Amino acid sequence: MSRSATTVGEDGAALLRTVGLTRHFRLGGLLSRRMLHAVDDLDLVINEREIVALVGESGSGKTTVARLLAMIYPPTRGEIYYHERSVHSLRSRKDVLWYRGEVPMVFQDPYSAMNPVFRVAHGVMRNLKLHRPELDRAQRREEAERVFDIVGLNPAGDMLRKFPYEMSGGQRQRVGFAQALAVRPKLILADEPVSMLDVSIRAGILNMMASLRADEGASILYITHDIASARYVADRIIVMYAGHAVEQGPTEVVLSRPKHPYTQLLLSAVPDPREKAVPVSADSGEPPRVISPGEGCRFRQRCPYAIDKCATITPALRPMGPAHDAACHVAVADPVDGDGQSVDGIAVAARDSHVE
Amino acid sequence: MPEPLLEVEDLSVSYLTDSADIRAVDKVNLSVHAGEFLGIVGESGCGKSTLLFAIAQLLSPPAEITSGRVVFRGQDLVQLSDSELRHVRWRDYSVVMQSAMNALNPMKSIGAQFKDTMRAHEQASADAIRSRPAEVLRLVGIDEAHLDSSPHQLSGGMRQRAMIAMALLFTPQLVIMDEPTSALDVVAQRSLMTQIKELQQQFGFAVMFVTHDMSVIAHYSDRVMVMYAGQVAEIGETSSIFERPLHPYSKGLLDAFPSVRGPRRPLTGIPGSPPDLGRPPSGCRFHPRCSEVMAQCVTTEPDLYLVEATQVRCLLYAAHREAASA
Amino acid sequence: MSTAAITSEAAPLEPVIATRQQGSLGRFMQAILRNRKATAGSLILLLIVFVAAFPGVIARDDPQAAIYGQDLGPSWQHLLGTTQLGQDVFSQVIWGTRLTLIVTVVVSAIATVISMVIGVTAAYVGGLTDRSLSLLTDIFLIIPTLPLLIVLASYLPPGTVTMIVVLTLTSWAFQARQLRSQGLSLRARDFLAAARVRGERTSYIILVEIIPTMTSLIVASFLGLSVFVVGFAAGLQFLGLGNSTELTWGTMLYYAQQGGALEAGNAWWALAPGAAVAFLGAGFALVNYAFDEIGNPALRPVRKRRARTTA
Repeated sequence: MSRSATTVGEDGAALLRTVGLTRHFRLGGLLSRRMLHAVDDLDLVINEREIVALVGESGSGKTTVARLLAMIYPPTRGEIYYHERSVHSLRSRKDVLWYRGEVPMVFQDPYSAMNPVFRVAHGVMRNLKLHRPELDRAQRREEAERVFDIVGLNPAGDMLRKFPYEMSGGQRQRVGFAQALAVRPKLILADEPVSMLDVSIRAGILNMMASLRADEGASILYITHDIASARYVADRIIVMYAGHAVEQGPTEVVLSRPKHPYTQLLLSAVPDPREKAVPVSADSGEPPRVISPGEGCRFRQRCPYAIDKCATITPALRPMGPAHDAACHVAVADPVDGDGQSVDGIAVAARDSHVE
Repeated sequence: MPEPLLEVEDLSVSYLTDSADIRAVDKVNLSVHAGEFLGIVGESGCGKSTLLFAIAQLLSPPAEITSGRVVFRGQDLVQLSDSELRHVRWRDYSVVMQSAMNALNPMKSIGAQFKDTMRAHEQASADAIRSRPAEVLRLVGIDEAHLDSSPHQLSGGMRQRAMIAMALLFTPQLVIMDEPTSALDVVAQRSLMTQIKELQQQFGFAVMFVTHDMSVIAHYSDRVMVMYAGQVAEIGETSSIFERPLHPYSKGLLDAFPSVRGPRRPLTGIPGSPPDLGRPPSGCRFHPRCSEVMAQCVTTEPDLYLVEATQVRCLLYAAHREAASA
Repeated sequence: MSTAAITSEAAPLEPVIATRQQGSLGRFMQAILRNRKATAGSLILLLIVFVAAFPGVIARDDPQAAIYGQDLGPSWQHLLGTTQLGQDVFSQVIWGTRLTLIVTVVVSAIATVISMVIGVTAAYVGGLTDRSLSLLTDIFLIIPTLPLLIVLASYLPPGTVTMIVVLTLTSWAFQARQLRSQGLSLRARDFLAAARVRGERTSYIILVEIIPTMTSLIVASFLGLSVFVVGFAAGLQFLGLGNSTELTWGTMLYYAQQGGALEAGNAWWALAPGAAVAFLGAGFALVNYAFDEIGNPALRPVRKRRARTTA
């Protein structure tokens, strides 16, 4: 079996899982045959009280995954199961609202994600009206103040009355999370929530995300291109490349023993000022646009280890270790006795990774 | 020590608007020597881009240089007229913008734009105009065939390289870069930085590199300048700044980066937000956010103090002598 | 991957000028007073509205009463002289204001509403709806206005209602394109996707989330359109396609033409209504410019000043 059983939560049922999730976009006119393969055959699992990072660069498909999970558009193929109910078969407004009330989304651009005409309380209040109809007006007001307090926007009463232009980027992003919290979410889809913020402010938001998991019991799907911040908050990492999941597993395991050559490349390229030297590579960093591809591994043109098989057979995710999978024909799984051996040809800087 | 290539003296830039004068750059001094790579680091609102534009004489109203000099190879650029500037621009110094899509004409081919640039700056022979574009593309690792491509046909990384190629048309002595890698993926970013460094070693030009991301320049710069609220907070050798940051802001900035390798530790970031430059805090502009704030920081504006080879604007080091400007 | 717009915690550097969307009436008034074009335009419009509402206050004479000397030049009794039939020209201009203004405002308002509905729906719903609505818009855009106006007006029974219908039909299309473009650019804004992900219905999104953010554009469309409608209405009436029994500046022009004003040397009769049309058009245009400037700081005139020395 290509999927490790231990990726599913202890009680056996995942919060959300996708099976063969695929999304293609037609390029050119109505009759064109050219399809952009944004996401192909993604099997992803998110458990309760878990932060999963979906890491990938531009063109990897991570944003498309977010939009598929948010029901912004339907998948071309495949299924999304939330609490074992198929999401895209939800038809009635009641069912759709139920899902949206459990799986809200936080957007990337704090300046674009709020309607400039309304006060920042608008989104929170609408969420409360739509998804928690049992509350009366006074209770809604209280709830709005409560979520603003949780995300650190104090004093809540004053903050709720502000307009977006009166707030900074970091504050607006907190409003985004407050909106998500207002519905008592089970799973928050966070699409690059800190990419557009100054570095010194990111820590605050990342710490807040971790506390949301601990205190509010929400799971978070953290979508990002920054693998370092993924390491900081996420329990598990899924690395995407050109629409495929190429590696997944517990964060520290994937980062310390990356099996897929792309993961290794990515890790080596992340600049770390505390390091002495930069590992060099001939790779110039051109991710592919996947238009009507055939079979075969999509990384093969950039891969230093590619063999003939890579051009003809698309590698599937296979176990490399406990709960750790990679989709690569040449990757070598960890031997059972625990002594790691990995495909390691790039001069990756010495890894002193021990978990604190 | 030979004369610096570029010397900025007491440069101040303000945005003159109806309601307020906002001083975006406040009496900044810096110097760049031949062949040197100077990184300028700061977050949004610190004035680094304004500083860059001021040095390159690219400011437009309501931004204005209100005082100071920008001495490049002995000439004060601030005093030059447009026609005099044209002789200096692109030949002696050039600029690489943040986003290639903002700087390149989407309707024209790369080759045509290179030729236009060469013609605009005169004194380029017809032969040079014919051959140089292909040469510079080769330098940055782009196939000559792309001379006929228009910008949107190239990937993000290639576009940025094309921008750098354009900046090298006349092999200037100073190339000013405004966050050229921020729109690029990590792998493309590393590749571009390596390329820039190689070119620098090959041709000997100096680089002034503005960025909000300290880690990008960590392995490439000779010296680093940290800016905060329009002022120089700290400036010194790269290794000093990264290994022994003196200013609490520099320390906070370095600590705000989660690391991929090395042990996991809690991230703190820097509480609060950069000040409104229309109403900067009294005394030290960083004091409301400083973890090492002292009583005098609220009332006294710190000068730049010299601690070994690093200049730092912080009262913690007031015992050291003041750095001589420039 | 995100582009490089990194934001900070600080409020944006732009001094906070009251934008049309957020300002209260007080701040709106302040913005108008600070902009010279807005002040001038507003004064013109206020004056014209006053004249339209209370014509009797300014011109005592009955405009239609043909009791004075014919083709008289300007004098203290007749500020702009008299017509061929002996009517007071000044009175006519003043009393003609009301209907002129009503027609202009009604046409602009209806055309703006139509263009808003069509433009925004096309932009937001997209797909086949967008294509069909855009095609419809393009058809109306391509047909040359004046000939269409003339053809329609000559087939329909003459009168104010016809004029309104005809003018509305020929003027909604331009604004529809503009509003569609704005709608398209808004579509990329995350707050609309956010509204969808919240679970809002499409109708709610169009009415509550999109249209309020476009109020400034809608008002600007209205004003810009008015400039042209004033002229086109007068033009139609000048050609005799309006209801010549009603008194407007356009019908004055018609009668001046018919009455041989210029041949008789009575320039004032011919020019006064035209000048009034231009005056009203200018009023709308000035306020329109000012609207753009208030809303978009990049368009404001840049005044070179010496920096004030700060303490």
